[in-house]
Amino acid sequence: MSEPDAVLGLDRASFGYAGRAVVGEVSLTIRPGEVVALLGPNGSGKSTLVRGLLGLNDHLGGRLSLGDPALTTASPSDRRFIGYVPQRHTLSTSVRATAREVVATGRLAHRPWWRRATTHDDSLVRDALETVGLGDRAEAEVSELSGGQQRRVLIARALAGEPSMLVLDEPMAGVDRGSQEVLTRLLHRLVDRGATMLVVTHDLSMLSEVITRIVALEAGEVVFDGSPGAYRDRLLDQPLGTVAQPAHEQPPAGTSWWVGPVDPREESTHA
Amino acid sequence: MPEILSLDFMRYALVAAALVGVAAPLVGIFLVQRRLSLIGDGMGHVALAGVAVGVLTDAAPIATALVAAMLAGVCIELTRMRGRTSGDIALAIMFYGGIAAGVVIINKVEGSQTSTLTGYLFGAITTTSRGDLTVFAALSVVLVVLTTVLRQRFFAVAGDEEYARASGMPVLALNLLLAALTALTVVVSMRVVGLLLISALMIVPNAAAQQVARSFRTATWWAVAFGLLSAVGGVVLSYHADTSSGGTIVLCAIGLFAVVALGRAAVRPWLARRHPVAEQHIHEHGPDCGHPAVPHGDHVDYVHDGHRHAAHGGHYDEHTDLTHQDRTSPPSHTDQPDSEVTR
Repeated sequence: MSEPDAVLGLDRASFGYAGRAVVGEVSLTIRPGEVVALLGPNGSGKSTLVRGLLGLNDHLGGRLSLGDPALTTASPSDRRFIGYVPQRHTLSTSVRATAREVVATGRLAHRPWWRRATTHDDSLVRDALETVGLGDRAEAEVSELSGGQQRRVLIARALAGEPSMLVLDEPMAGVDRGSQEVLTRLLHRLVDRGATMLVVTHDLSMLSEVITRIVALEAGEVVFDGSPGAYRDRLLDQPLGTVAQPAHEQPPAGTSWWVGPVDPREESTHA
Repeated sequence: MPEILSLDFMRYALVAAALVGVAAPLVGIFLVQRRLSLIGDGMGHVALAGVAVGVLTDAAPIATALVAAMLAGVCIELTRMRGRTSGDIALAIMFYGGIAAGVVIINKVEGSQTSTLTGYLFGAITTTSRGDLTVFAALSVVLVVLTTVLRQRFFAVAGDEEYARASGMPVLALNLLLAALTALTVVVSMRVVGLLLISALMIVPNAAAQQVARSFRTATWWAVAFGLLSAVGGVVLSYHADTSSGGTIVLCAIGLFAVVALGRAAVRPWLARRHPVAEQHIHEHGPDCGHPAVPHGDHVDYVHDGHRHAAHGGHYDEHTDLTHQDRTSPPSHTDQPDSEVTR
């Protein structure tokens, strides 16, 4: 059951598409201040689970509560308290828009449609841009920014909504090494401020210091839920091959993977 | 008073053109953002069937056209949301069915010599009556008010639909409303530029605006200015040159686009010379980057190996104390390659 102060509560919840469950009966509680890494190979259902939390696919059973455990399902308006940072930046680049304009859309779910942005909204947008270190690029056009900077614009957009939890989908994927370091520092800064996060990732090397808990999914089920130390021990204990990580996805076990270099495929071509 | 303003029908024509010139780009910018620039044409095709039904039943063609265009808009939106490629073919059948049925019914009812068909296909702005004008004005006010009040929401949904849905915004309702507003624009513009040219006034002013604007907000204003200029300018030009008003308006819009695009291409190298770009480095300056920050006018420079870097777009500019007074002076230092990654 969900705990009263939980930011996110899942009780035997299943999610999927077109009535078919991909993730079945997952129970998971995230408390304030936790930084949870959601791990799993391709097809393990981690995207389905996250998209389910966000209301982007079908909630097929069980309980999902965001903030208020009395609710059996989260209503669309509850979702404004989840700060979603998509993996691939899905922003349309067919028209010009500044970083500030994109970040300001993070405030829209928090006011009725007829109301204009207040000075409070404006200051939250400014703070969010400052937090991600783009205060001096607020008026820069988003399509002119580097991949890592665009990722931080999306983080600022989520922060502008004053979320009780951030959901980051592969925050380190597809950006160059320098940007990854900036992103890591940013995540540290957010954690120091007491942010709660759910990070979908397959690359723990950049995040090892901020993660407080690991949840691993396989074939739509939670196969591990515990501390990073316990997860490392589990990987070391298990013989190669029993952890269902395809070799091309990540090396299956060992400290070299834990502290190892970034997957070269993730190095972007950004100069 | 110039001759053009002494004629009632030309005064009405100019007001109608001004209304459409303002309203069409305001809706069109979201179509450009969603890469649905041609959707207005499809709605225009279906609207002709609506006009035909109006002609057949002696109802007001504007009302029947509006119903037809709105139904088309809803179908387009629902098809797009389901993301089926077969939907693409269904839309094509609907569009061509609409225009074919419109032509057949209108010619059957009014005979093949009718001017009604040409008027709706290519615009007949000089036949605008005072009554038409009142209707157009009311519909234009609806368009301007709704696109202004909901501008940020339409921007958010068109720009990143997944995020909009995840943050709890009513994405389907906003998309259907935008489809309805597009249908409204189609119907308001059909007398001015004609159903075959309808997308032009929604899209071309926005294409020109994208060449000069640096933000979504300024792009909107530029597009309205370009739309107004080409619509009113086109009517005046067509009066003096005795040409078709609808076609002239669209050619004016395209002419404006060409001038703006060429002007930008000509100015770009000159702008690039005026602004010295710093050497590329992986390191990113910021409040905690370790480089001393120096306030400089409205921004902050970071002192990097003795010279000053200021964020500009995706890169850094070289700034000196003189930068803001005399941008043509060369940078006061030599660039050194910066190989190390500063932590």
